[in-house]
Amino acid sequence: MGGYILRRVLSTLPVLAIVAVLVFLMLRLTPSDPAAIIAGDYASSEQIEGIRERLGLNEPILKQFIIWIGGVLQGDFGESFFYKKQVAELIGERLEPTLSLSLITILLVVLIAVPLGVIAAHNHGTWIDRFVMGFSVLGFSIPVFVVGYILIYIFAVTLDWLPVQGYQRIRDGVGGWLLRLVLPAMTLSVVFIAFIARMTRTSVLEVLNEDYIRTARAKGQTEIKVLVRHALANAAVPILTIIGLTVAILIGGVVVTESVYTLPGLGLLTVDAVLARDYPTIQAVILLFSFAYVLINLLVDVAYTFLDPRIRY
Amino acid sequence: MSTMRRTLTAVAVAAAVPFFMTEASAQKSLRFVPHSDLKILDPIWTTAYIVRNHGYMVYDTLFGMDDKGEIKPQMVDSYKLSDDKLTWTMTLRDGLAWHDGQPVTTADVIPSIKRWAAKDSMGQKMMSFVASIEAKDAKTFEIKLKEPTGLVLLALGKPSSNVPFMMPKRVAEGDPNKQIEEFTGSGPFVFKRDEWVPGSKIVYVKFAGYKPRSEPPSGTTGGKVVKVDRVEWLPIRDHQQAVNALLAGEVDYIEAPPHDLHPLIKKSKDIYMFNWNPLGSQYTFRFNVLHKPFDNPKVRQAVLHAFNQEDFLKATVGSEEYYKVCKGLFVCGTPFGTEVGFEDMLESNFKKARELLTEAKYDGTPIVLMQSTDNQSLTNLAPVAKSLMERAGFKVDMQSMDWQTVVARRVKKDPPAAGGWHAFLTSWVAGDLLNPVMAGFVNAACDKAMFGWPCDEQIEKLRDDFAKEVDPAKQKAIVEAIQKRVAEYPTHAHLGQFYNHGALRNNVKGVVPAPAPVLWNITIE
Repeated sequence: MGGYILRRVLSTLPVLAIVAVLVFLMLRLTPSDPAAIIAGDYASSEQIEGIRERLGLNEPILKQFIIWIGGVLQGDFGESFFYKKQVAELIGERLEPTLSLSLITILLVVLIAVPLGVIAAHNHGTWIDRFVMGFSVLGFSIPVFVVGYILIYIFAVTLDWLPVQGYQRIRDGVGGWLLRLVLPAMTLSVVFIAFIARMTRTSVLEVLNEDYIRTARAKGQTEIKVLVRHALANAAVPILTIIGLTVAILIGGVVVTESVYTLPGLGLLTVDAVLARDYPTIQAVILLFSFAYVLINLLVDVAYTFLDPRIRY
Repeated sequence: MSTMRRTLTAVAVAAAVPFFMTEASAQKSLRFVPHSDLKILDPIWTTAYIVRNHGYMVYDTLFGMDDKGEIKPQMVDSYKLSDDKLTWTMTLRDGLAWHDGQPVTTADVIPSIKRWAAKDSMGQKMMSFVASIEAKDAKTFEIKLKEPTGLVLLALGKPSSNVPFMMPKRVAEGDPNKQIEEFTGSGPFVFKRDEWVPGSKIVYVKFAGYKPRSEPPSGTTGGKVVKVDRVEWLPIRDHQQAVNALLAGEVDYIEAPPHDLHPLIKKSKDIYMFNWNPLGSQYTFRFNVLHKPFDNPKVRQAVLHAFNQEDFLKATVGSEEYYKVCKGLFVCGTPFGTEVGFEDMLESNFKKARELLTEAKYDGTPIVLMQSTDNQSLTNLAPVAKSLMERAGFKVDMQSMDWQTVVARRVKKDPPAAGGWHAFLTSWVAGDLLNPVMAGFVNAACDKAMFGWPCDEQIEKLRDDFAKEVDPAKQKAIVEAIQKRVAEYPTHAHLGQFYNHGALRNNVKGVVPAPAPVLWNITIE
């Protein structure tokens, strides 16, 4: 197992290298100019040129890449063109909201979607099944930002139960922190709940027809025990795969959700950096997201061995 | 806060009792939603309006502009011009202090003027008349001129970017082309850098040591009395969300909600709208005169004959309540606001436009028109321009892109077919357009002009005449001459004035009308 993990970790390096090259090249090849943006309306050509020179944007692309990647290898992601802060520091400040939102969303997704899927499978063909599947179709048909606005209108503007926007750091009070994450997490989780509930239903339905389920029932085990210990446990591998994918796809949703709810996380940082052509920040954030994606996949693969003893690496 | 929210909060708090703590505060805070996020903190280094607005919080100015458009002293107590009109003597007010408690002296003011003048176009023009700036003592300094000019007060009191904000000597003596890294001002608010959350929250607190003028506040002058303890700027990217937050009482004041959300805001009995910038803003269509066919003034005149302001204003602003048709380059309702020169233009006279195109032998070269799609207030302008120009006989290639791509592309002098451009649309706040030296798009100094690079000796000569003139009546006559010349040699087309009202909760009172959103004098009841 140790050897397998090491091999997988090493195999991420070429992936990250390709991502680094691609992001760097795409930014340099798009028609944009951070120097002109920074300089403002009245800047002369000389002033813009001066800024370009100070930012190192006049150097050949290869030289710019070598300087940047050299820094990255030493843990230096450069300085944000706009915030005049080290990018690593900026990312550090933005991690908490994104991690908080992601964790609460995953928690909501797993706690709601898996039981929903199991209930639908158990009640296959009944109105309960049709209701869950109907919700499922609706859930992944509506865009995240539409769900967000509907929830805000109901729970924040009309009922005044929850805040409309903003974030409170954990150190400033867990209550406020949690309260401000409820709506964003609900918004982000709807599509994943719909998706995972559907996948769980399919996986559980498959195993419900297996002989060992009939045997368990014949032995007089309660239906709950049959569903959880025998059906769900044996359907867990495909469900876990989907949850793993969900966590990775969550990154895209985080960008939209953080923008709608003004959560100062990595998603909002990415949007701001892209709009302002803040190259060092965009490069670092994309690299971080890629690394997170690869890492999550690795964790899912490792988790298989715990859920299915037959799987060995 | 509703009962349900209180209950939910209580449940959440109870669940986390050992870890729970809050920022208990009895302070009066104003929660303000600015038009964008603040990234750069040096208002001299960039012209961005958001940084200018930050400047008004933290820094003070020698002069300001009152609500009648007149320049009045601010940090300056007394000032006089010598009889030969070659020496300005200015004395600072008593009790001016920096946020670190040190007194403001002429040793700070002189390098501040120089740093600002190195960056600002009007400052550069003013300095072309200045022989020296010298301190007489800690409170009095002299500006000696090479020849008389009416620019000194207009420049030092200009209300919009770049505003000549005063900074401490150690900061002001830095390279004007490098951003400052220390943010000590002498303005009514102190910037709390330790509480700044980039992208989310910018915090200012009342500067207890600020000594306001005794006059009532007026524009950017008068008594800047701070009546709250703390101001939080909360940049909310999504306009609808900002309005939702205002409706829910999570914020107190939105600087400029888009016009299409005004009906929603007006439905609430808890919110009112206020036009904090009575001078408004102006839409403009900028020509690039370097390339055919806009290198020919007649073709540009044809555009001015094809356009009418009402169509642009209706398409972007909508309600007549928020716009004004005005053919003046320098903003109707201000001392130099006049429509002279443009009487028969901007009337969508397509026949006249077609005649001019024929006269100019326009060969059907497509006009590369850049359309900004992510800046909501500009998005609808380009399709209107395209339609009106096509009706006059132009071929138009409207290219859509985000605003930052427009910004990057507009500085390129390449031919339009090779990544350059012919025209784009933008807007200016009126505070930037109050006279021919201040208004950047009237500058026709060829390579030294703003992007578009108009090149006309007559316009430049008239702008110089304006700068040298000290008599306001004669200045007005020069302004009229400039407008007549710009009608012959168009540098840009001005497409009317519009007004961005702020939205405030009913308990927020005392907003001072000014060319920039200033937050002194505001009370929260």
